[in-house]
Amino acid sequence: MDSVAERVKKVVVEQLGVNEDEVTNEASFVDDLGADSLDTVELVMALEEEFDCEIPDEEAEKIATVQQAIDYVSAHMPTKDA
Amino acid sequence: MKRRAVITGLGIVSPVGVGLPAAWDSIIQGRSGIGRVTRIDPAPYSSQIAGEVRGFDIGQYISAKEARKMDLFIHYGLAAAMEAIADSGLQIGADIADRVGVSIGSGIGGLPGIESEHTIVTESGPRRISPFFIPRCIVNMVSGHVSIMYGAKGPSIAMATACSTGTHSIGDAARLIEYGDADVMIAGGAEAAISPLGLGGFCAARALSTRNEDPEKASRPWDKDRDGFVLGEGAGVLVLEEYEFARRRGARIYAELSGYGMSSDAYHMTQPAPAGEGAARCMQAALRNAAVTPEMVGYINAHGTSTPLGDRSETDAVHVVFGDHARRLAMSSTKSMTGHLLGAAGGIEAIFTVLALYHGILPPTINLDQADEGCDLDYVPLKARHAAVEVALSNSFGFGGTNSSLVFRRVSN
Repeated sequence: MDSVAERVKKVVVEQLGVNEDEVTNEASFVDDLGADSLDTVELVMALEEEFDCEIPDEEAEKIATVQQAIDYVSAHMPTKDA
Repeated sequence: MKRRAVITGLGIVSPVGVGLPAAWDSIIQGRSGIGRVTRIDPAPYSSQIAGEVRGFDIGQYISAKEARKMDLFIHYGLAAAMEAIADSGLQIGADIADRVGVSIGSGIGGLPGIESEHTIVTESGPRRISPFFIPRCIVNMVSGHVSIMYGAKGPSIAMATACSTGTHSIGDAARLIEYGDADVMIAGGAEAAISPLGLGGFCAARALSTRNEDPEKASRPWDKDRDGFVLGEGAGVLVLEEYEFARRRGARIYAELSGYGMSSDAYHMTQPAPAGEGAARCMQAALRNAAVTPEMVGYINAHGTSTPLGDRSETDAVHVVFGDHARRLAMSSTKSMTGHLLGAAGGIEAIFTVLALYHGILPPTINLDQADEGCDLDYVPLKARHAAVEVALSNSFGFGGTNSSLVFRRVSN
């Protein structure tokens, strides 16, 4: 199975319609990948779906980069998938 | 002197073709765009036929990422607007941006999107509702996207007057030009409601034809065997410009939009007023606004939906308005080929009316094998006809008793 980082990046590519090579760990969804506020809400929903977890709104607001998404998901995804 | 509005660009997505050349060719050849419904499984519905748009790919117009944020009626409306603007040759630069507006309405809006999101909230709860749900479905979002895409900073409005939407949208756009609110208006209607609730809702109202075994023959305005309208979808968008503005940039002018009339039946939610009383007042208002006499009108693109009551009452109304001249003018229903595009009907029919003037060809009413009693006008049955016409009308009448008529006039370029 793909690593968490690979799966996060795949979701970002699909949701934001960007190229894979743009999706670096440091990339900011808004500043680097052209997302607006609604895109970021939808992106978090897609991550919840992909990793079968719930990301509370106050946590979602802190996820602004690819790395932050990877870190959050790694820390919170159900253990059976780890 | 009154500021005049002229038509300089046309764009269409329809059951008889995507793009102007394909659609107009179907219309003058008398080709039906009606078939068995493929969008959903039609088996449980009393009406299983529709005019679906075929061969349309939104990916040819915008990115997949943008497309996902719009329901189907917005895809149709945006594509038709892009074609109309390209057809007009207009460049919307910073010099004119705040003089360019948009008025593209929809009768129903994003019904398929509402249905699918309702399934999500029912099955998975409110946290799973897309943040794009509302902007994906609301009626004014064709106008919104067109203004954003082209940087058009003038008026941005959207009419929702059921089956009168397209005609009202264009008429109001011309008024905004006349009053000086804009020099250019991108105007029309868009609809995509061939969905379980859209098809099922009109079935429940007993409004649709059930000639399921013979789809291409189902829409048959004024024919004695007509049994209701056929649901259609698509979009028709026109570029309207103030006459001197269009002249200065050397634009090709298809026709002048010289009059606009409105009325209300004030009678019943879905049935027309007796003897087409409201429709007659609407056409009279449009002729008055255009300052043309009834005798000058050579062609009417009818509302003509193929319903038993509506077709008869529109005919009655034409007799009232035109008197003896009613038997000399021609009136056809392109819905015989396209089906009824609801809020987009007035958009595509304005286009067909303009092209009839421009090319000197009157579209036919197909399937009119035997006119019903009381339906005694020249409906251009079965075959298109060459005729040089100076003035033409386009009618739309909607649920709620809301009527609208446009008067177009030939312009020598």
